[in-house]
Amino acid sequence: MSAHADTHAHDDHGHHHKETFVTKYIFSQDHKMIAKQYLITGTIMGVIGVIMSLMIRMQIAWPEEPNVIFEALLGKWAPDGVMDADIYLALVTIHGTIMVFFVLTAGLSGTFSNLLIPLQIGARDMASGFLNMVSYWLFFLSSVIMIISLFVEAGPAAAGWTIYPPLSALPLAQSGSGMGMTLWLVSMAIFIASSLLGSLNYIVTIINLRTKGMSMTRLPLTIWTFLVTAIIGVVSFPVLLAAALLLIMDRSFGTSFFLSDIFIQGEVLHYQGGSPVLFEHLFWFLGHPEVYIVILPAMGIVSEVIATNSRKPIFGYRAMVAAILAIAFLSTIVWGHHMFVSGMNPFLGSVFTFTTLLIAIPSAIKAFNWITTIWKGNLQFNPAMLFSIGLVSTFISGGLTGIILGDSALDINVHDTYFVVAHFHLVMGISALYGMFAGIYHWYPKMFKRMLNKNLGYIHFWITAICAYGVFFPMHFIGMAGLPRRYYTNSNFPLFDDLSDVNVIITLFALIGGVAQLVFLWNFFYSIFYGKKTVQNPWRSNTLEWTAPIKHIHGNWEGEIPHVHRWAYDYSKPGHDEDFVPQNVPLKEGEEELQH
Amino acid sequence: MTALLTIIVLIFITVAIWQMVKIFDLAHANNEDTQIANDKDNRINGYLMMVFLAFIYIITIVCFVKWGDLPLMYNAASEHGVKVDNLMVISMVLIFFVQTVTQFLLHYFAFKYKGEKGRKALFYADNDKLEFIWTIIPTITLAGLIIYGLFTWNEIMNVSEDDDPIVIELYAQQFNWKARYAGEDNTLGMANVRLIDIDRANILGVDESDPNAQDDIITTEVHLPVGKLVLFKMRSQDVLHSAYMPHFRAQMNCVPGMITQFGFTPIMTTAEMRQTPEMIEKVANINRIRVENSKSLIEKGEEPLEPYEFDYLLLCNKICGKSHYNMQMKIIVETQEEYDAWIKEQKLFKNSLVQN
Repeated sequence: MSAHADTHAHDDHGHHHKETFVTKYIFSQDHKMIAKQYLITGTIMGVIGVIMSLMIRMQIAWPEEPNVIFEALLGKWAPDGVMDADIYLALVTIHGTIMVFFVLTAGLSGTFSNLLIPLQIGARDMASGFLNMVSYWLFFLSSVIMIISLFVEAGPAAAGWTIYPPLSALPLAQSGSGMGMTLWLVSMAIFIASSLLGSLNYIVTIINLRTKGMSMTRLPLTIWTFLVTAIIGVVSFPVLLAAALLLIMDRSFGTSFFLSDIFIQGEVLHYQGGSPVLFEHLFWFLGHPEVYIVILPAMGIVSEVIATNSRKPIFGYRAMVAAILAIAFLSTIVWGHHMFVSGMNPFLGSVFTFTTLLIAIPSAIKAFNWITTIWKGNLQFNPAMLFSIGLVSTFISGGLTGIILGDSALDINVHDTYFVVAHFHLVMGISALYGMFAGIYHWYPKMFKRMLNKNLGYIHFWITAICAYGVFFPMHFIGMAGLPRRYYTNSNFPLFDDLSDVNVIITLFALIGGVAQLVFLWNFFYSIFYGKKTVQNPWRSNTLEWTAPIKHIHGNWEGEIPHVHRWAYDYSKPGHDEDFVPQNVPLKEGEEELQH
Repeated sequence: MTALLTIIVLIFITVAIWQMVKIFDLAHANNEDTQIANDKDNRINGYLMMVFLAFIYIITIVCFVKWGDLPLMYNAASEHGVKVDNLMVISMVLIFFVQTVTQFLLHYFAFKYKGEKGRKALFYADNDKLEFIWTIIPTITLAGLIIYGLFTWNEIMNVSEDDDPIVIELYAQQFNWKARYAGEDNTLGMANVRLIDIDRANILGVDESDPNAQDDIITTEVHLPVGKLVLFKMRSQDVLHSAYMPHFRAQMNCVPGMITQFGFTPIMTTAEMRQTPEMIEKVANINRIRVENSKSLIEKGEEPLEPYEFDYLLLCNKICGKSHYNMQMKIIVETQEEYDAWIKEQKLFKNSLVQN
């Protein structure tokens, strides 16, 4: 396959195929273009997801009050500007779905796996360009269906992003469980197909198409995380697909996989013998690994960015790889910690507490290794570096509270409260988002041949960083006060009246943080056309993508693919004049390679 | 009005950000504009790292000072709740210690090693000893937490009929709760939603032919005698719900087609809880807020909010549909005598049915 790719590429720049607009920009099979397509689609979905979260926050802070924004954006769902309770749950549901799957899975992993895998391992393109294209267009299709579901008569899916049946199975239980839920399930099924095609392609490419000298122990950590992420995806996504299909059967064909003994709106339904707990198991068998699918690529990106901008080798490369593998393995055997109070056998709770808290160990190794990488470095505070440090910070803050949630005895009282919301938003939402931003700032020159404005980047980071903590730090406290998540308003509980001022403060931080993202969007789109032109290797980085020409060509390199002679982290190595030694530079006479 | 204000504030913030950008750009107009960080950027952002570290510490302190009394980490109203709170406090102390130290190291190093042209970083790729240390320390700490946690968990979950508890069924439906007491025989009668007969007022689907069911008592409030073990059996008729009793540190999902359970011993009556200094202060604070909020209602000619009095609550804590946010039931913990008197007044199941 590799040989074929080679000859093909040679043909290419011998005499260029005439590319039409359609094959170049739309049905492109070039990984760099597909990466950009993922990024733009993910960004658009991200804007929708963030606007939804801001509406959720405004509703929580000022529950009974009419709001012109609601009136403008929600239409019939906000008569006189007062948000309807059904649409509140729908917003919560779709916000979660979009951010987790469409932005942080497809937008993050899809973008950077596509962009970096061939470029960093020294391949002409993905193993199958065609599958890659299909993968993107399936993702696009699923995004479109998800958006369409927002406009159906009875409202979009509103059973939470976890779509637990029976709520999600019975239109009688909730209006959003009709057409809206059908579209949600169809969209997710297509999304999963897209993700699986992508993942298989990444795995095959990384294993087979590495250039000469690129042994597994010389892979940049980005590639390691993309590989492991793809493997987790292949293992766990099919289980969600199965759950979705069984749910479709229950909904439309009268089976009873997840339903039993239900009396609703004055009638007994025929379902018998199924169990919603089964669905919870199937869902979280994907759902938990999913958070690592989201965070691992971000960690890979951050490892790369921190090493480059610290002008230092990543500390403990072997330990980092081992930690990635350990996290991946453990991530598939901890799903039960979402179900401590689901009614499953308490003994299972003990087992899952044990495995869950084990994950803290590789996570701690990663955090300490990043901090040590920074130690005695020569830190270049490019925006990507700021976001990387931001990730380490939020990953620590958010990860630590996992010790409480993973402990079944403590989870009893904070389960499904705002404590959980604060925890996962910090450790996986904000952290992964920071990873994504770090990736965008770092590889923007590679993608768009121009630089992002750094000052806008600084403003973007500092406002975002302050607002992220401003939103999620106080949120732990209202969670520990026992406030359940997904409440449309808390005004029916005088018990929670003293939490309302915290909620207003959180919302103000959220609104400011949301507005700060406009700085990024403007920077992003403006710089595509008017940004300063980049040099070939602006960050003085070691990895192979910076040896490729600025101009995007099919096959990535003119002439031969560079060979690799060293690992990716020879920064500030003694005996070299420059503080970086790219991977394709042969060892000097007498120079020792670090053994890993 | 708030919305309008919000929008105005947002517009101002946008303008402010825009202006800041302009200033930044002008300040840099004469420098090389490669968009790659130079020494000046490194210096500014290095200092900002320390400012940010201060921000993290300040927000932590502010949260504790202002809202530190909110978390349910003291005043537990159940026997096991005290143990849960202990474990929570230990975990919290540990977390804040680690958080304070690691955030300091991260941001301080970022500040201290901010880049300077011409300086070379230390080539330092590995140190097995160091890595071993920070693998083994979390491992030991976590092992301790895991063991402590598991003992607590097993103790909490290990309640069964053999311990002679009062058996009470919690019955969930969109969007309210019912309770069913097992009566004299302390055995709940068989029940299934297929037996629900609205016309005969058999709303929980209790098996009318089951002898154990005859003395069952269905109520819309939970009363518990203090100091007696109760075992709740949860049932749901439609979708998933979760019976969440935060003051008792108790929670269990209600699953259609399945009976789940959770047991605990209440240790403080409602009256006693109302008299604790913490609760008096909390309630006074809430009532201050309610009086404040009532002002605008009175202006509009509406009824002011009623003053709040503390009661234990059972809340639904699993998304269950439109009115999920208002699915609650009062729990009253009282002395044995009060409890006996109350239960005597309640109608037995066999007498509650409508005969036709």
